[in-house]
Amino acid sequence: MNPLKSLRPISTSLRELLHYKSALIGLSILVFLIALSLYSIIVYPGPKAVAYWRGEENIWIKNPKNAFPEWWEVFSGGKKLPRTIIINSYGGQHSVDIIQISNGIYMLNLSLTFDYYYDEEPSAINVFINGTSGDKIELYWIYPDNRRIFLTNITLNTDKTIYYLSQDIHLNNRLVMDLYKQISSIKYSPTIERILFAMPTYEFKVQKGTYKLVALCMVKNSSKFGLELVLYGRVYGIAGTDHLRRPLEIALLYGTPIALAFGMLSSVVISLLHLIIGVISGYYGGTIDTLIQRVTEIYMILPFLNILIMVSIFYKLDLWTILVIIIALSIFGSGVKTTRAIAMQIKEMPYVESAKVYGASDLRIIFLYIIPKILPTLVPSIVISVPSFVFLEAALSLLGLGDPLLPTWGKVLSEAQSQGALYKGLYYWVLEPSFMLILTSVSFTSIGFALDRIVNPRLKEI
Amino acid sequence: MATIVMATYLTIIIANMGGYVDEIKKAEITESTYQAFMNNPAYKGLPRDQLQKLIEEQIKLEMQRAGLDRPFLERSLMYLWDGLTLNLGRALYMTSDSGSRLVKNIILERLPQTVLLFTTATVINFFIHLYGGLYLSRNYGSKLDKIVVSLAPVSVMPGWFYGIFLILIFAAWLRVLPYGGLVDYPPPDDPLLYALSVLKHAILPITSWIISGLFMGIYSNRTFFLIFSTEDYVEAARAKGLPPRLIEQRYILRPTLPPIITSLALSLIASWQGAIITETVFEWPGLGLTTYQALQYFDIPVIVGLTVTYAYLLGFTVLALDIVYSLIDPRIRSGLPV
Repeated sequence: MNPLKSLRPISTSLRELLHYKSALIGLSILVFLIALSLYSIIVYPGPKAVAYWRGEENIWIKNPKNAFPEWWEVFSGGKKLPRTIIINSYGGQHSVDIIQISNGIYMLNLSLTFDYYYDEEPSAINVFINGTSGDKIELYWIYPDNRRIFLTNITLNTDKTIYYLSQDIHLNNRLVMDLYKQISSIKYSPTIERILFAMPTYEFKVQKGTYKLVALCMVKNSSKFGLELVLYGRVYGIAGTDHLRRPLEIALLYGTPIALAFGMLSSVVISLLHLIIGVISGYYGGTIDTLIQRVTEIYMILPFLNILIMVSIFYKLDLWTILVIIIALSIFGSGVKTTRAIAMQIKEMPYVESAKVYGASDLRIIFLYIIPKILPTLVPSIVISVPSFVFLEAALSLLGLGDPLLPTWGKVLSEAQSQGALYKGLYYWVLEPSFMLILTSVSFTSIGFALDRIVNPRLKEI
Repeated sequence: MATIVMATYLTIIIANMGGYVDEIKKAEITESTYQAFMNNPAYKGLPRDQLQKLIEEQIKLEMQRAGLDRPFLERSLMYLWDGLTLNLGRALYMTSDSGSRLVKNIILERLPQTVLLFTTATVINFFIHLYGGLYLSRNYGSKLDKIVVSLAPVSVMPGWFYGIFLILIFAAWLRVLPYGGLVDYPPPDDPLLYALSVLKHAILPITSWIISGLFMGIYSNRTFFLIFSTEDYVEAARAKGLPPRLIEQRYILRPTLPPIITSLALSLIASWQGAIITETVFEWPGLGLTTYQALQYFDIPVIVGLTVTYAYLLGFTVLALDIVYSLIDPRIRSGLPV
């Protein structure tokens, strides 16, 4: 018998697969995930994703912290939630008057203008200042109704300074006091951002219109001087940001190829090893069989997860070494027992006996006659077990044992967990990686279950 | 029994691959020797350097006595004995709730919580799957049957994963159940209230495991019973006109009992393992959360001790399985070949 003939069921069953609605859904999700993987590999080639995720050189400093994804607005009851607004004096809407007072000292009247039409105040406000050490700056805030508030005086000590406006306690105290003087009984808890964007009423309501940040500066080098106002939003991008201001979409995107590769590799390799060992055990019988069976029994009661945890904490492994260890720890699993039972039946089949008669070697019989016969029946279980390895990676990350560098779904989940995302109401942080995990598992299992019905027709009847 | 010993041995060998067990032993000897010398009034008057020399000599002697200079094979057998007798050394940083630094005490203190939660969950699951499977095999082809079959794939998602969603819904959103933990803080004095409080905290973790196993468990039992209910002797019993209950109990359940018990034992084993993540998610103070805490503190003796304990737990489950098997399977009981 031509061993390749027994492989035919795979291609026919693939065609048959399209008759199942659930398999079609699974396949289309899988295609989507693969497309996503390719996209993210192109957008973030290896080291770039890691560098982005580690947030080197403060690249995310102008992103809001823990911002919801933009689509979250659907649940906000028709409110328009603020996006991040960045206005600077290097371009865009600003005006500047420069007067030279004396040699080397300039007086600058710089104003940054922006429109604000959102229904909530920004989550934080920072002013990034570029200049020369010794420059003096006075900052004013002008509302759309032309009220004017003095913010602060700054003298630069270094060339670059960030004025954390939201965290200025003196400003906070002064603004709150002034507010109580104007309106005796306000009905909201005043924060700097709220006061700077509120209508002068009891209830908090954002004053919509054109705002201005005015800076009166005495500077030494007027060409070098620049201001940047960052109004951090409450929503960001399609996936939101985490506590380190990183856009979650990086990890969600880049996690896709990692999860797929990790899940499929471990599932395929482990199943194939089980198959080979099981067939060897069943085919040879005798001492080899006994030995393999005993080892399998011992392996089956090894505390797999604990040993994995122990090994990965001792040696601080990266993802691919963890993969190798997972494979090494599961070489002798329950799959060995099942394939052994099947192999013992196939061994007695006439085509194997005839192969023996014309002198095929044992290895030839094992690899070209028996294994190809069993392989198709294993495909469903290989496909079905892919998600469990993806979840295993997530579980390891949840314990803090995942890959130290790569952004994965499990890591997002683990950070959300350790930052108390659910407690703080930051549901998106948990829901997004979970959604990706669910997509992956639904895809593989629905394909696998459909395949199972095709390959093991007895299931189709019942 | 030999399997347990072998599994523990393998665990210890893996644990000692980086020489970690040796480290633990050495640290322990050093500490106890220092303690002995410092607390001994006979050495009070000795100059510092002389005392140091004495201590070092003593440590060397103790290490020889403990066999740390012997070849690895011999040492590993010694560790095996220590592991099997639960002589697991001292923790580096962690203490048990009663203040003990012994790994054994830390583990034994947390073990009951894990057993309580996950044995309950597994047993509940077992009965739901058994009766659910029986019911569906009786009503096979019904709407409910089709729903369960089509939902079976959702069981790939592990219990802890559902746990996160349950926390999201019932703790964060609806605020009716606690986020995690074992009891309310402060713990109630009345034992009845205490038990109720523990029960309240156990609802979400147990539910998460029930949901996770539900459809797949019922589905596989149903298929299993369906295959058995087409056997000739069942058909014969039906032809005789025996009531369906009797057929179910004597003709379907009885012969399928051994594999069902096996699956119970396997799910118990899986529950000990899965406990690590689920307990971490729910902050349930059992062995799993101890594992997580030991990881945070990098407390190696505890990690090694836990691994050995787990090897033990799993081994005993399998041993118990063998005994139960011999009770329910007449072929094994009478010594006939299976």
